[in-house]
Amino acid sequence: MREITFAQALEEALIEEMERDERVITMATQRAPALENKFGDKRVRFTPISEAAFTGIGLGAAGSGFRPVVHWGMVTFSFVAMDQIVNQASKIRYMFGGQADFPVTYRCSTGGGMQVAAQHSQSPYSMFMHLAGLKILLPSMPADAKGLLKSAIRDNNPVVFFECSRLASTTGPVPDGEHTVPIGVADVKRAGRDVTIVGLAYYVREALAVADTLTTEGISVEVLDPRTLVPMDAAAIRASVRKTGRLVVVDEAPATCSAASEIVALVTEDPETFRALRAPVQRVCAAPVPVPFSPPLEQAALPDRARITAAVRRVLEDARRPDPLAR
Amino acid sequence: MALTQAELVEIFRKLVLIREFDLLAVELRTAKRIYGAVHPYVGEEAVAVGVCAALRPTDRITSTHRGHGHCIAKGADVNRMMAELFGRVDGYCKGKGGSMHIADFGIGILGANGIVAGGMPIACGAALAAQLEDAGGVTACFFGDGATGEGEFHETLNIASLWKLPLLFVCENNRYGAGNAVESVRAQTDISLHAPAYGMPGVSVDGNDVLAVRDAASEAVERARRGDGPTLLHCKTFRMLFHAMRDAPQPDMRPTDVVAAWRGRDRDPVTRFEDHLTSRGIATAVEAQRIRDAVKRDLEAAVAFAEASPYPDPHDLLVDMFAE
Ligand SMILES: Cc1ncc(C[n+]2csc(CCOP(=O)(O)OP(=O)(O)O)c2C)c(N)n1
Ligand SMILES: [Mg+2]
Repeated sequence: MREITFAQALEEALIEEMERDERVITMATQRAPALENKFGDKRVRFTPISEAAFTGIGLGAAGSGFRPVVHWGMVTFSFVAMDQIVNQASKIRYMFGGQADFPVTYRCSTGGGMQVAAQHSQSPYSMFMHLAGLKILLPSMPADAKGLLKSAIRDNNPVVFFECSRLASTTGPVPDGEHTVPIGVADVKRAGRDVTIVGLAYYVREALAVADTLTTEGISVEVLDPRTLVPMDAAAIRASVRKTGRLVVVDEAPATCSAASEIVALVTEDPETFRALRAPVQRVCAAPVPVPFSPPLEQAALPDRARITAAVRRVLEDARRPDPLAR
Repeated sequence: MALTQAELVEIFRKLVLIREFDLLAVELRTAKRIYGAVHPYVGEEAVAVGVCAALRPTDRITSTHRGHGHCIAKGADVNRMMAELFGRVDGYCKGKGGSMHIADFGIGILGANGIVAGGMPIACGAALAAQLEDAGGVTACFFGDGATGEGEFHETLNIASLWKLPLLFVCENNRYGAGNAVESVRAQTDISLHAPAYGMPGVSVDGNDVLAVRDAASEAVERARRGDGPTLLHCKTFRMLFHAMRDAPQPDMRPTDVVAAWRGRDRDPVTRFEDHLTSRGIATAVEAQRIRDAVKRDLEAAVAFAEASPYPDPHDLLVDMFAE
């Protein structure tokens, strides 16, 4: 299969969906000359730096029959549009009794590791997960990025689509032509026996690298990528943990009230999965600080392979505990 | 375009219906028969009715926390509105919205909004949709004087004008945002003057004169349909009652003589229009009374409809979260 970058995969998805359905329009503060040439400046709209306005414009146009794809730029800039996201987009369908659909996709880059300091290195997906009413996507691989963006655009609900900055130039196999990935379905990126690592975005790749290294020690790691954060595929995560009995969750958002916390809760509140646990679960998350600028500080703030490996070893230390399911 | 006698009478009926609906809502809330917050539109009816008289059924509007009047003016069914205030399953939002969140997407009511200025970007999006549909649709965006303090007001005026969207910005300047007089919170109290800064016409109009509002709105609507972009319509009006109530009305801090003056028969938008009709022989006093009586009967029927409707089933709590 051909290999393309994460960013190319997203671009392909958008172009294909705009070709497929002329009700798909885009809005962004950055001009997209290639897209404008192809689809015209009526559908490819370049907007003033007015995030509150164009976030709501996307919602209003969605409620009036269009399928807008709104790009906030960085998730950072969505914070000046919080009224439209929190009070309007996440509530508009339910609050009005389901009378209309709002097929709008909000795209944004996210994440740290780019030496652009606190304001431009944020991973606040759990803030959006918390709202109830938004679907939240966070792909890690180019093929998932393409397939999920296509599904997001076709979905009849407001979707927030997070695009991890560190993944933009990563490459991977992506099927040619029509390729969608269902929303709400996790993917086991590597099967294993001893430990489940649930990674998010960039940290799926890092977890895979750690898993590779640990095979030399005879440790078999399963790496699972939820891909969708709302609705979360709890069944797939629980099934993996019931198999391995151990869980490490890795994400670059700080741990407090995070997606990682949600994943841990979904695992531990399920009686069968809880009973299958052979060690306390571990979260490997960012330090609870605004992401610092200087590379050594930034690296200290974010998870890395050493910390993921250490967490895996910690959950394996309880290996001497008998397998509760083997009784 | 001159209005026919039937159209004028219908305008009067709508004014009365809004007036009586909100007086009844206050009564029902005081008696604790309905729930939550009520923001009466009493005294401002001519704005909604005048603007909506200039719209087609397929045109769209966005509304505010004080939204009952906008919905009725656009043609909403008072039975379903009342059922919503009662929190019943036959309400517009199946009891999930209440007074501040009535919508009827089928007739272009894209929702009342509990957030000051929150509906403005949504209106802009509806106008963008109309522009792309290219079928001559327009959107009217209602908001209060208080909304002019929000960034969303300034952002949407700029974008709507830049993109020449078919949009009518309708500022209901009732001189107060909750308890605060406009001059205590606005550096520029003539709200129409925001329009030239964003390259669009700003028109001030007597918001208690339903025909003046309708004429100004018609001109703005024609301009929008021609593709010449938005207009800021600054409607000067006054709220005859308190800002809002839950169990009891919020204390009204406005000078009593000012309030009394705006309640005079010559200023009240309903009696003023009634006198206009009767003095010109368009309707007799008896006909006007007949309309009032019919409206009261309709509203009694709406309350009966609402009370006959069941409460939503708690089993349906999660229904309507996501579309298929
Ligand atoms: C963003 C926001 N801030 C504060 C409020 C609380 N609030 C509700 S109505 C209101 C006054 C609004 O004044 P105005 O826009 O003039 O409308 P009016 O009530 O006079 O019709 C306020 C402050 C709100 N709903 N939304
Ligand atoms: Mg006001």
